[in-house]
Amino acid sequence: MTLELEGITKKIGAQTHIHETNLKLERDAFNILLGATNAGKSTLIRLMAGLDRPTKGEVFFDGERVTELSPQKRNIALVHQFFINYPHLTVYENIASPLRVRKMSRTEIDQRVRDSADLLQLGPMLDRRPQELSGGQQQRTALARAIVKESRAIFLDEPLANLDYKLREELREQLPEILSQRGTVVVYATSDPTEALLIGGNTALVHEGSVAQFGRTADIYRSPANLSSARVFSDPPINLAKIHKTGSKIVLDQHDWQASGDVLALADGQYTIGIRPHHVVPTAPSPPFVRIRDRVDITELSGTSSVAHFSMGKRNWVSLAAGTHPYRVGDMHDFYLLPEKCLYFDSAGILAAVGTDHG
Amino acid sequence: MRPRSLVPIIYIVFLMLPIYWLVAMSFKTTNEILGGFSLFPQDFTLENYRAIFTDPTWYWGYINSIIYVTLNTVISLAAALPAAYAFSRYSFIGDKHLFFWLLTNRMAPAAVFALPFFQLYSSVGLFDTHLAVALAHCLFNIPLAVWILEGFMSSVPKELDETAYVDGYSFPRFFVTIFIPAIKAGVGVAAFFCFMFSWVELLLAKTLTAVEAKPIAATMTRTASSAGYELGLLAAAGVLTIIPGAIVIYFVRNYIAKGFALGRV
Repeated sequence: MTLELEGITKKIGAQTHIHETNLKLERDAFNILLGATNAGKSTLIRLMAGLDRPTKGEVFFDGERVTELSPQKRNIALVHQFFINYPHLTVYENIASPLRVRKMSRTEIDQRVRDSADLLQLGPMLDRRPQELSGGQQQRTALARAIVKESRAIFLDEPLANLDYKLREELREQLPEILSQRGTVVVYATSDPTEALLIGGNTALVHEGSVAQFGRTADIYRSPANLSSARVFSDPPINLAKIHKTGSKIVLDQHDWQASGDVLALADGQYTIGIRPHHVVPTAPSPPFVRIRDRVDITELSGTSSVAHFSMGKRNWVSLAAGTHPYRVGDMHDFYLLPEKCLYFDSAGILAAVGTDHG
Repeated sequence: MRPRSLVPIIYIVFLMLPIYWLVAMSFKTTNEILGGFSLFPQDFTLENYRAIFTDPTWYWGYINSIIYVTLNTVISLAAALPAAYAFSRYSFIGDKHLFFWLLTNRMAPAAVFALPFFQLYSSVGLFDTHLAVALAHCLFNIPLAVWILEGFMSSVPKELDETAYVDGYSFPRFFVTIFIPAIKAGVGVAAFFCFMFSWVELLLAKTLTAVEAKPIAATMTRTASSAGYELGLLAAAGVLTIIPGAIVIYFVRNYIAKGFALGRV
């Protein structure tokens, strides 16, 4: 099974929600749609699921054109961010409902419902109603209903966003295992870059209604094709600054460092560097590094990591380090930028070169 | 007894007094009622009730009322369910104005419509039928049912509809087997109010009927008969008129609280 979008555009009134998009999603890998809220992830899913019709373009399942096909006839499954179950039916009947619609035999329904329920650890809850379950169990019920019918594609629209931290981690670890080897295309929308990295698979970065980049999740993270990809795929936000390259020297305000590798080959001129917060650290690493001394504006200590915001000439940079670092808001602190981790974007925002040790 | 429990007791006594008086009267003879003040029936009699259950002009009043009230409730819900769904799920030109206009229908006194209905139904041969009263009551019951149901429907996320479509449900099947059960509290509340308003409405029911479909309220309000004043009998009829409402409200009491929570009752 493959799912293909060809020149998909969605306009509502005069507003363009999705700009012309081409995307080919393969089965048995997680296809992650990563983007900020309102970037168009849900709209893309609705277009793939047939809940909305594209203004232009075509949708193909396995090469078969399904653009005009209603969601009922597409043989797909959908899990929403909110825990959507049929409130008056028991968990068993909820899971069984897509099979009942297909008029499957009673024994086969029973077999399949029990298999899915076991996979999602819902065995003891089968006789309860959704509102008697915890949020995590409700979402498991929705997931069980999605996998029970062996659909051609499963769409998950931020399925973990409304779960609390502990349940989110637990379910996130289990999801790839539950959904793999089913021969279906799995589309998973999330706004959390960490979640995308942890799940792996392929990622389509969605930015302002278009797919900025599509490829293997780890590859995209390492070398985002352009500035908007880099912005979407970084949490906390990536640090950006304009630099000037002359010969082998890179100048950023009063700081400078030596270019090496691909960066050395760049034409002289102005570039934008992007450097992730965990590559601007508060303790001196092994060289090369660039020391920046600045006033700490805000700190966030989480116990396992420390985040410090500093102005860096009104650019609002962020440093992220493991452990708890003794920052004092308002004091001057040293930060060490790792120049070999920098991403260099040209004036059009396209990735021009990466530092020798990026990743 | 603590003084703070006195207030609700006084309030309840105050509320229950007319009902008590009605019930007490229904067990008295007319002579005793007209004779003077008595707190309890001195000469306890079931004769009033026996008269109602044996006289067809009396008990047919109840049957007629129940027929048109049921008919009205069914028609109102059948029309209001799709209408409320449209208001809650789709936006169309003028939807908000139309929705408000529905409510304004309730603001005109029924008397305004008595004459046009009477003339219209007479000319199409609907006069003195159960359907005539049932349809006339739709005038205020459908807007009310739409208003109540829309509130309940809007509290169900639109994602439920979409999930059902993706699961393979056709719209009619989804609506009947998933959606209506999901808002059954709302259907109960709407049915209750349709029942109640139709049950207590007197003017239209009286104007649009003569003999065949004469409602109990019309029978009951003829105070004098050939035998003079039959106050005991009328009181018994009154008691029997309260009972259906009391039964229905018992069944929907929990749902009504939900309706209040949604601000639609």
